[in-house]
Amino acid sequence: MDSRRDFMKCLAWAGSGIAWSVVGGVPKALPFGLGGPALAAEGSFTFVQISDSHIGFKADANPDPNSTLQAALDKATALKPAMMVHTGDVTHLSKPEQFDTADQIIKGAKLDVHFVPGEHDVIGDDGKMYFDRFGGKGAAPGGWYSFDQNGVHFVALMNVIGFGPATGGTLGKDQLEWLEKDLKGKSASTPIVVMAHIPLWSIYPQWGWTTADGDQALSYLKPFGSVTVLNGHIHQVVQKVEGKVTFQTAMSTAFPQPAAGAAPNPGPMKVEADKLKTVLGIREIAFAPAAAPKLTDETLA
Amino acid sequence: MAGLVPAIHMDPRDKPGGDENWSDQMYLKMTRRALPLAAAAMLALSLPAYAAETDAPQQVAAAQAPTVTIDNFAFAPALTMIAPGTKVTWTNKDEEPHTVTSADGGKTFKSEALDTGDSFSFTFDKPGTYKYFCSIHPHMVATIVVK
Repeated sequence: MDSRRDFMKCLAWAGSGIAWSVVGGVPKALPFGLGGPALAAEGSFTFVQISDSHIGFKADANPDPNSTLQAALDKATALKPAMMVHTGDVTHLSKPEQFDTADQIIKGAKLDVHFVPGEHDVIGDDGKMYFDRFGGKGAAPGGWYSFDQNGVHFVALMNVIGFGPATGGTLGKDQLEWLEKDLKGKSASTPIVVMAHIPLWSIYPQWGWTTADGDQALSYLKPFGSVTVLNGHIHQVVQKVEGKVTFQTAMSTAFPQPAAGAAPNPGPMKVEADKLKTVLGIREIAFAPAAAPKLTDETLA
Repeated sequence: MAGLVPAIHMDPRDKPGGDENWSDQMYLKMTRRALPLAAAAMLALSLPAYAAETDAPQQVAAAQAPTVTIDNFAFAPALTMIAPGTKVTWTNKDEEPHTVTSADGGKTFKSEALDTGDSFSFTFDKPGTYKYFCSIHPHMVATIVVK
C-alpha cells in the first residue's frame, strides 16, 4: 500500500476517489472509503471542501453548473460534516443574480460554510457584493479572517483582489502582517488549515498558478507541526508535500481545466458529457486526535 | 500632428466620438470645417476605400477606430499607439471572461467582466503610456501609448 509505485500512481491523477493519509509529512494512498470508521472516534471531526462552482457559466464545458453544484452539495451533506469551506469562484462573473443563485443553492445544504473569494467573485467592485453575502465573521477590512473548529485553527486568506499586473495571486503587506500576528502565540502543536483560492505555492506561473508573496506567508507557518493548505483555482487535484506542510488544490464543481501546460491556455476543458462528473468533485478532510488530517477527493460520478 | 505618430492604430479625430458611427461623423466634419492637414490627407486616402469597402478591407481597417482583441489569454496587439482623443475598443473572443483594467488598480479605466463576445471602449484624452491588465488573469498585460 505504501510503496513508492502506488504513491506515484496516485500523484499522477488523484481525480477518481483516492484517500490521502498524511502521516509525518509523508502521504500514503489508501483505498477510497477507509476514512469512515476513524471518524466516529471521540474528538474527531470532518469537514468538506468545495471549490470553483462558477455559477453563471454557460459554455459547452458545462451548460448547467447549478446542478453540478447541487450534486456536490448532496455528496457533502451525506458525509455529515461539521462544516464546509468553499475556496472561491462561487460565481463566474460577479453578477448579482449569480451571487443570489449560488447563495440559494448553498444555503439549501444547511451547512455552516466558510468562504474565500476567487478572482471571478470580485470583478468590478473589489468584492463588495461577494463580501456582503459570503464575507467571514469578524473579517479584516481586506476580507481575510481566522476561526477555530474542534481545536484546529483555520486561516482564510484572500489573494485575488488586484494590486496591479502580477504573475499570479497576491496577499499584500497588510494581510501578511495580520497573518504573522494571528499565528503568534499559537502552540506549535495546533493543527493549522489555510484556505486561499489561488495556489499559495508555484504550480505554473506561466498561467498565473502561483501567489507572488506566498512564500512569505508560508514562512510564518513553518513552526507548526501540521499545516494543510487548501486551494482551488486550477480545477484539478495537484498535491505537494513540503516538510510538515501539505498543499492540495481541489476539483471544481463546474468544469475541469487542462493540466499545467497541456493546452494553449488554461480555459475551460470540454469532456464528453457522460465523463463530466468524473472530473468534478469535493474533498473530505478528516481530523482525528493526535493524527494528521486525512484528505479524500471524491468525484461526483 | 496625427500624421507624426508612428501609429499601429491611428484615428485622426480631434474630439472623442462617443458611440456615433465614425465614418458618418467624419463625413459631417469634413463638410462643415477644415480638418488638420495630416488627418485630411489620410481621409483622402481612406474615403474612397470606404466607398468600396468590400474591395479594399485593409485600407478601411487602417482608418477605423483601434480595436484590441482578447484571445487565447492575451491582448492583441500588446502595444497600441494612438493620438489623444482616440477611442479604443476591446473585444473578448475567449470562452473565459476577462477584464480591461488600468495598471493603477483600475483608477484610470476598468471594464466589467467581459464574457465571450463582450466589448469595452475607453477614450484616451491625455498623452501618456497606459499599461493595463486583466484583473482576473493578472499576468495578461498590454500597453496603450497616447501621443
